Amino acid sequence: MRNLYLISFICLLSVPNALWGQVFTVYDSFNELEKRIQQVDEHTTLVINFWATWCGPCVEELPSFDELYQKHADTDFQVIMVSLDFKSRLEKTLVPFLEKNPLKPEIALLADQDADSWIPQIHPNWEGTIPATVVIRGGQRSLFPEKFQSYEALESFVLNFVNKVQKATCMGSKGTR
Amino acid sequence: MKRPVCIPILLASFLLFLNATNDPNSYAIGDIAEDFRLQNVDGKMVSLSDFPDAKGFIIVFTCNHCPYAQIYEQRIINLHKKFNPKGFPVIAINPNDAEIVPDDSFDEMVRRAAAKRYPFVYLHDADQTVYPKFGANRTPHVFVLNKDKVVRYIGAIDDNPETPSAVRKKYVENAVEAVLRDERPNPDLTRAIGCPIKRKRH
Repeated sequence: MRNLYLISFICLLSVPNALWGQVFTVYDSFNELEKRIQQVDEHTTLVINFWATWCGPCVEELPSFDELYQKHADTDFQVIMVSLDFKSRLEKTLVPFLEKNPLKPEIALLADQDADSWIPQIHPNWEGTIPATVVIRGGQRSLFPEKFQSYEALESFVLNFVNKVQKATCMGSKGTR
Repeated sequence: MKRPVCIPILLASFLLFLNATNDPNSYAIGDIAEDFRLQNVDGKMVSLSDFPDAKGFIIVFTCNHCPYAQIYEQRIINLHKKFNPKGFPVIAINPNDAEIVPDDSFDEMVRRAAAKRYPFVYLHDADQTVYPKFGANRTPHVFVLNKDKVVRYIGAIDDNPETPSAVRKKYVENAVEAVLRDERPNPDLTRAIGCPIKRKRH
């Protein structure tokens, strides 16, 4: 089941003057998130970051993803920030966090607890440590299972992968000519 | 003679590449774990050799501050209560650097162990030399060893951190029971979300 949470609505209940807000999607099962991932076509770069409000290094690198989104996001470049906070504690963790630290990219919460079943589907080399970032393009994936030390490190990781995939596609089309 | 120079360089760069994800020198299933000597919350030094009659060990890298460690705390206590009488104690080890996470200092460990009445030893990997050998990278991260310290299971405690009542697969319990029957656990490797271990800044 997919639920849309409008934070401003929740804010209205507690803080009457908080009229701004952020929408995020709750994915109860990994299959729902997988469907969202599959929505992107082969010419689109999809950057997915797995994080949580309780994860210090994850929170430290969030501004880099804001910057990546601001500089690159368009229809061919998408960023999804997947929070792994507990759904049962949403109102005490993710909601107040996003009120205080609004994020620009698309935000999701993945509540599927059977992590052993879905972690390898994100990337076979990922053991589940966060932060973790995966870049997907043209059916290929690249994993960075650590915190990026800087915005530049994140940007070059993403762009290098995109270039590699594009080059491979070019060579492939030449070969089949 | 170019080759002998070239191969070590290639090998080194390959190992360096591997190191980005998994430490190739850490234990895999079937490896024999080295004993260690770490301070317990009661001030005494503890080694696996202090348990000569043990039929195995449930080694849990865990800590005070992490929400995942906290949500599993009672389940770790239950594991010890269930299996220590069968000669299979929990050995809890806090691998985090207290400068990065003050809540995980030795004093805070002593406080938490007393407040929650830990029935198991809660050891401090103060020099951060033990967790890298195991290849632990998050809390909680469990390693089930048999009596000869052979690693038989690595991974999560069960398949539902958030809702204990909804657990379907009790990975560690099943692994311990398999080891007690002298069988191989299945699965012997599971992945899980957890808090990254905080390594000392150099």
